[in-house]
Parts: sequence; structure tokens; C-alpha cells
Amino acid sequence: MSLPLVVFLPFLGAIAAPLFALGGRTAIAIASSVPALIALAALFPHWETLANGGTVLQSWEWLPAIGISFSFRLDGLSLLFALLILIIGVLIILYARYYLKPAENIGKFYALLLCFKGSMLGIVLSSNLLLMMIFWELTSLTSFLLISFWNHKQDARRGARMALAVTGGGGLALLAGILIIGNIVGSFELDDVLAAGDVIKAHAMYPVALTLVLLGAFTKSAQFPFHFWLPHAMQAPTPVSAYLHSATMVKAGIFLMARLYPALAGTEQWFYMVSFTGMATLLIGAYVAMFKHDLKGLLAHSTVSHLGLITLLFGMGTELAAVAAVFHVINHATFKASLFMAAGIIDHETGTRDMRRINGLWRYMPHTATLAMVAASSMAGVPLLNGFLSKEMFFAESLQLNLPGIWAWLPPIVATLAGIFAVAYSARFIHDVFFNGKPVNLPIYPPHEPPRYMKIPVEILVFACIMVGMFPAVSVGPLLYAAAHATLGGEVPDYQLAVIHGFNLPLIMSFAAFFGGLIMYSQRQKFFDFHARFKEIDEKAVFEAIVLRIVDLANGFTARIENGSLQRYGMLLVVSVLAVAAMPLLDLGIFIGETGLSPVDWPTAIAAGVLIICALLTAAVHRQRFYALVVLSVVGLIVALAFARFSAPDLAMTQLSVEVVTIVLLMLALYYMPGWTPVETPLKRRFRDIAIAGIAGIGMTLVTLAMLTQPFSSISDFFLENSKPGGGGTNVVNVILVDFRGFDTLGEITVLAIAALGIYALLKNTPLTPPPSDGEGHAWSRDAYPLMLRLIARPLLPLSLMVSAFIFLRGHNLPGGGFIAGLITSIALILQYIASGLNWTQDRIPFKYHNVIGLGLLFATIAGAASLAFGYPFLTSTFGYITWPVVGKFEVASALVFDLGVYLTVIGATLLALVTIGRISPHSAIKSKREGA
Amino acid sequence: MELVYALVIGALTASGVYLLLRARTFPVVVGLTLLSYGVNLFLFSTGRLATGKQPIIGTAESYADPLPQALVLTAIVIGFAMTAFVVVMSLRNLADNEDDHVDGKQPYKSPAPEQEDEEVTGK
Repeated sequence: MSLPLVVFLPFLGAIAAPLFALGGRTAIAIASSVPALIALAALFPHWETLANGGTVLQSWEWLPAIGISFSFRLDGLSLLFALLILIIGVLIILYARYYLKPAENIGKFYALLLCFKGSMLGIVLSSNLLLMMIFWELTSLTSFLLISFWNHKQDARRGARMALAVTGGGGLALLAGILIIGNIVGSFELDDVLAAGDVIKAHAMYPVALTLVLLGAFTKSAQFPFHFWLPHAMQAPTPVSAYLHSATMVKAGIFLMARLYPALAGTEQWFYMVSFTGMATLLIGAYVAMFKHDLKGLLAHSTVSHLGLITLLFGMGTELAAVAAVFHVINHATFKASLFMAAGIIDHETGTRDMRRINGLWRYMPHTATLAMVAASSMAGVPLLNGFLSKEMFFAESLQLNLPGIWAWLPPIVATLAGIFAVAYSARFIHDVFFNGKPVNLPIYPPHEPPRYMKIPVEILVFACIMVGMFPAVSVGPLLYAAAHATLGGEVPDYQLAVIHGFNLPLIMSFAAFFGGLIMYSQRQKFFDFHARFKEIDEKAVFEAIVLRIVDLANGFTARIENGSLQRYGMLLVVSVLAVAAMPLLDLGIFIGETGLSPVDWPTAIAAGVLIICALLTAAVHRQRFYALVVLSVVGLIVALAFARFSAPDLAMTQLSVEVVTIVLLMLALYYMPGWTPVETPLKRRFRDIAIAGIAGIGMTLVTLAMLTQPFSSISDFFLENSKPGGGGTNVVNVILVDFRGFDTLGEITVLAIAALGIYALLKNTPLTPPPSDGEGHAWSRDAYPLMLRLIARPLLPLSLMVSAFIFLRGHNLPGGGFIAGLITSIALILQYIASGLNWTQDRIPFKYHNVIGLGLLFATIAGAASLAFGYPFLTSTFGYITWPVVGKFEVASALVFDLGVYLTVIGATLLALVTIGRISPHSAIKSKREGA
Repeated sequence: MELVYALVIGALTASGVYLLLRARTFPVVVGLTLLSYGVNLFLFSTGRLATGKQPIIGTAESYADPLPQALVLTAIVIGFAMTAFVVVMSLRNLADNEDDHVDGKQPYKSPAPEQEDEEVTGK
């Protein structure tokens, strides 16, 4: 339980942080330290196991089907990182207490900082790679929010965006890489992955997986050519820069390389990709750092360079190099975090970070100056400080690389050169800031020492630098051994943690770097002049330009596809459907399958012929809308006949009644609309549409033909067998609707109800004046309600209601049921509206159709819920009734109630829709007349 | 028989699609109606064409597939609801834009057919 506790406590702390913010900066700083202190206490008992190379595994199942588990793993490597995160985290919390001003949103700051800490601990402690990925992305997000903490500054927002784009993009690559690895190994658990190193390296997908994983690591750890985001992330408050962007988050990529070292390293591809990337980053970072006038800019580029150094060490592929890399992680975190904090203090006390203005601070803040000078010396690799030790190991390893021929000289030369630069920029940090004359035009003058407690974190870190530098074996030896053991996944090579290994080549390289650096710094003006000749590339501008370019491309593409014309969308939609459907269809080749064609009888052929002609005619005469409607109704009627012909009496009845209602609906609509369609499309387009329609028609013909001539088997035997014994009805279609698939039907009548209410809402208070004539100049007939129709319609009402009752009741056993009965009732009522007028009929109907719809849905739902009362699931299926014949008998009644709900909903929805449309005219016509007058 | 049935569906689809691509709302509604006839017939025929085998227990020796029938029955009713909704949307379009073009309000009644080609929208 202890490991998840370590990870999740900071998140809990983040929730509580804003509350403590009310108590002021000290209160929140103390409260925010608590999770880390508890976590340290929770990790302590495991030390015994880890020191001997053991691991602690705590895991819970989460989503086993896709390989995600809630599993955490602690070994030497994760312990090392966890300690860095926790200890430096506490120091940063203390430091930020004095760095932030009381007026700032400290609650937000600490909450974000704690969220970050939890995410970072999640990365190093996750055993499941997918779980790690989640925390990985969380660190990108919290880093984004922390960089943009001062979100009123444009630079901060831009820097944050750039960091998120780069690390987030790398995160996607990493996810893909992890998925590939998981696929190769068959598990995402770290133990499995590490054990399967040989399988992974031998796999055909290894190069892809490695490239993707390294992309993730390189972007996160600011490796060339993705390094540019890190200097721009320096817009963050300095505690954030010290914590995220030097000590911890940028080391996540390093951690990943160390973590997966046994699984991925040791191949040529690993060697070339990692070591050359590291070498380039090392050199570029160190070179640029020298020319930065901004204190934090110098430190940021130095961080890039050191990250490159660690990467290069991992890339070398030897075991000793890996040990050196892990060692340098510790050393860099300590001296760089303290340097950032010192830079923050200087910024805080002078109001600027420009080294051309900050000079001679030794006189004003000797205490801070001493601390910063020790840390900077460690950065330069001065003996007796920790930076010297790992750099010495690095020099030694650079000599061991087996590159062919003259290339063997490359690594040591690059290493020495980077060493020279490092000494030069460290010397600049010391000399330029603390000596070199007097301060120039400082915003805050005279600067003085910061509050006592603000220096404590720096002191602790600097003390660590000295302790490790002078007594490495005692101070850091066991931890380094445990971490190296875990990184290498086995035996650790012999290495000596001594201050001086004797007079050898690495020591000469160190001296060369040291004096070379000092000379370079003393001659700095020449280098500055030389550097000034080149135009500096503004990465931010380049990045923004690329982003803008992509946005433009996307906009252009969108504008092309989405131009606001529905007509065009319709065309594109149909064409893409055709394109997708055409591919499998063309592969089919033969369209008449095994069962072949059956003979045609004459009546069917003639009806089909009429249908085809009428369908085509509808399209042909569509400009005269009324005629099109007449022809359309013929099509609908023949479709009803087709259903009857092919053994579907229920469908025939439904189609017939729907056809009537549809035509009434379209006639009503036509009353308001123009009676004809103008010729407006160019001829070219009409031919194009005819071609599209033709292809669609031919395609559907072929698909239908191919389908109908295939043998098939259906799941319907179950329904046929159980309809009578289980559902209690012989009309299988109806039993399916109200019983087997009753839940579907409930959904469908709900859709019906929503559509009707939507119609009501759409047309409420919509003024719409019908045209005065029918489009051909004929005025509307004054004889609104013909006498004959009126006289016949009224006695028809009770008759047709009786028919619908009959159809309804027999529906469970013979063609009929709620849908059909509802439509028949609707038609009977519509007839009254048509014959006698809206107001006359409405006056005699004592209820609102909204209520009918509601009642119908209520009935259907109650009928479904009733089975709950008997201990069966909602809208119980037939299975229960076979074993419970008594309840089965009850089901007949329950299904009937459900069908009654369907019946009422259909009536309510149909009539609400039609009456709403019919009602538009009088009101709005009068209204618009009034407005006209 | 299958060929005739397939041709019917093809004709319904072709006419439906052609009308669907027209520029005015009413033909589009009519096209949708035709298209839904075609779709309903197609879905229905996934249970194959059977003569005299209505799925009512006790009325025949073997039965047609009842499942597509139940499916299509609700599809017909829902299809009506959809048609009604589309009709009302086009009425609302007519009321709001005083025009029944599917693209909404036409910025100008253009004389040049080239210009009218697609780009004219209700933005």
C-alpha cells in the first residue's frame, strides 16, 4: 500500500493546498511539505531490500483486458529518482515560500507543484508502462500550467505552449512505442518487459519501437533538435525552473532510457541514435550557454548540455558509462537546482537577470555569492566537488568508445571541448555576476542578502555537492550502487568512487578543460564578436511560424471541404459513401450467388415496372411539386403491396397507413411552399448528379442482387419457436416488437415523441404566410371544407375507431398491433381536420396531444417496470416465462399495456406534428396582414 | 424475382439520390422519402423473399424471417417522424430566410449561373 500512497498523497495535498493558502505563505508551505515527508517515511522501510538489488512490487488489477494494471514497483533506480523528487521538492517548497509575493495566487502555485510532484513520482514508481504513460502526460500538462503561471505575460504563454507541443508530441510517439513493445512482449508490466530484452531486440519492429520511445525521451529531456523548448520554459517562476526544468521533469526522458536500458540498449541503432544525439546536445548546449546574457538562459542551455552528456553516457552502451550516467543525474540535480535558486535570489534582489547589468554582487551578498560560486565550480567540474567526479568518469568512458579509425578521436575531443565551454560559462557565471566591476543601472539598488530561510535550500544542496565531492563512497555509494544495479538489471561492474584515480588521461582532459575554459573566458570578447557575426535563430519565431503554417493549411483545407453549402456536403457525403462501398463491391466480381434467381410472375413484374417508372418519374417531374407528390404516392402504395406480396402483412398495413399520413404531411407543407422548383442548377451539375445517382442505383441493385442470391441463416428460429410459448402470441413480428425487443421499441417511440415535440418547438411562433396562389396564378379555392366530405367523414370516425381497436387487440396474434392501430386512429382524426377544419375539430377534442404522447410513454414504461416488481429485469424477455407459466400468462396483459403505450405515442406524435403544421396559417397570416396594414 | 426486386431498389435509390442533391428543400424531402422506401425494401429483403409464409404461427408450414420485418416496421414509423421533422425544418427555413434553398439565405439572386455554383451560402 505504501507505493500508491507515495504517488497519490501529493494529489490529495494539491486539493487541500488552496485551503491552506488562506492561512498565508508559511501555512501553505508547511502543509505542502507534509506529503513529501510522509512519502519519505513510507519509502524508508524498503531500503533494506533495495540496497541488495531487490525490488518491491505492489499491484492491483485495473483493466486486465487491455493490459493496464494499477501496479507500482520500487527498485534502486526508482528510489534514486523518488528521493530526488521528494527532497528537492521540499527544498523548492521552502524556497518558493520566500520567492513568491504574498499577492500572488500561491494556492494555485502549490497545488500545481504538488500535482506535478505526484505525476513525477507516478512515472518513476509505475510498474505498468501504460500507467506510467498516464503520469508522463500529466507531467507535460502540469509543466505547461506551471510555465504559464504568470499567464499575463505573452512570453510565458508562448513558452508554455511550445513546451506542451514538443513534450506532448513526444508523448504520443512514446505511447506508440510502448504499445509496440507491449505487443511484442505480450505484457506492459516492467518485469516482463525487462526480462524480454532479447526478444524485443530481435523483433522486426524493434527499430520502430526504439525510435518512437527515444522520440519521447528526447523531447522530454530537451535533446537536440528538440532542445529549444527548454530555454523558453524559463519564463516560469524560478522555483519551477529549478525543480521541473533542471532537477526532475527533464530527467524523465533520462529516467526512461535508464529504465528500459536492459530491454532496449546494446544494439547498434541504440548506440548511434542515443550517443550522437547526446553528443550534439552536449556541444550545442554548452556553446550557446556561453553567449547568453540572461542568467537563467545560461543555466537553461547548460542544463541542455548536461542532459546531452547523460544521454551520451547512456548511448555509449558500456556498463560503466551507465553507472556514470546515473551518478551524473544525482550531481547535476544538486548543483543545477542550487544554481537556479541562487539565480532566483539574484533576480529577486536586483530585479533583473541580465548579466551585463549584474556585476560585483560579492560586495552586497557575500553569503549567496559563496554558495553560488561553489555550485558553479561543481558545474565546471572543479575537483573536490561532485561535478568533477562524474565528469571524470565521463572523460574516461569517452576514451573507451570503439569507433572505427579516426572517428575514435571524436568522443574525447567533443567531451573536452564541451568541458572547456562548461568551464567558460561557469567562470562567466561567477566572475560576471559577483565581480567584474560595479552593478549597472539595477532596478533594485542596493541589493542585499535575501531572507535567511530562502538560502537554506541552497545551503543544503551545496553541502550535498561538497559531501559527495569529498566522500563519495560514504555519502552516495550505497544509493548509487542500488540504482546502477537496477538500471543494468543485474551485475554492476567494478567502479571506484574515489576523488583522484591517479594521474591518467581523464585527469589531463580535466585540466585541459579547466585551463582552456579559463583562457576562453578571459578572451571572451573575441568569441562574443565572432558569435555576433551569425544571425541568431529565434526558435520561438520559427516554431510559431510552423504552427501558424499548419493552422493555415488546416484552415484552407477546411474552407475547401466546408464551404457552408449543404448541397455540396450532401454530394460529398454520397460520393464518399459510394467510394467506400465500391471497393468491396468491385472485389466481388460475380453478382449472382449460389442460390440463383427464382421465376417471376406477371403481376409482380408489372407492379415492379410501374414502381420503377413512377420512381424515375418522381425525379423527372420534381419541379412541378404537386405532380411529383402524386407520383410519389403511387410508389409508396406499391411498396406496401410489395410487403404484402412477400409475406409481411404487418409491414404492408404499416406502410399503407404511413403513406397516407406522409402524403397529407407533404400536401400541408406544399401549401406554404412555392408550388414549383425554379431551374437554378447549371446543366453541368445536373448531369453530374445524374451520374452520381445512376452509380448509386446500379450499386444498390448489384448489392441487393448479390445478397438475395446468397444462402443465409437467421437467428429468427429462436423467435419463431418461442413466440407462442414464451411471448404468448402467434404474430411473431408483434411479439418481437413488444416483447423480445421491447426495449428497442421503447427507444423508438421515444424518438417519435422527441421528433413531434421538436416539430412543435421549431414551429412555435413562426410566422409563415402561404403564397396567395398556387404558383401558376390560380387563386386558392374559397370552398374550404367541402360538404360531401364533411358529411361522409363524421360517421366514418366511430367506424374507423372501431377498426383500429380491433386491429390493436388482435395484434398479438394476427397482423396488427399498436403501431398500425395508432396510425389508423390518426388517419381517422386527420380526416376530421381535413373535412371540417382545424378549429372545429380542435374544439371537439378534449385533450392535448402532448399529454397523449406523455401518457403513451408512461404506459410503455410502466408495462416494462411491472416486470421489475416480479423480480425480472426491465421489459423481461421470454426466457423467464417458460419456467414460470403462471407469470407467463400475466405477460399477455403486460405486453398489451406496452402496446397501448405504443398506440398512444403514435397517435400523439402524428397528430401533434400535423396539427402544428396546419395551425401555422391562420395566426401568422392574420398577423402578417396586420403588420402589412 | 431477385433481379426485379433489385432493380426496384436501384430505381428508388437513383431517384432518391438525385433528388437529395437538389438545391431546394422540397425535392430533398421527396428524395429522402424515396430513399427510405429503397432502404426499407432492402432491409426487409435481408430476410429473403418469401411467398405465402407470413410469420404468424399456425398459418403456414414454414415462415419468413420475422426479424427484418419487425426492424422495418419501426423503421417505417421512424422514417415518417424523420420526414415530418425535415419538412418542418424546411418550413422554418422558409420562414426565417424567405427562401427554400437548402443552403439557407441566398445573399443575392444571381444572374450568372457560374457564380451560383455551390459557393453561394447562407453565411
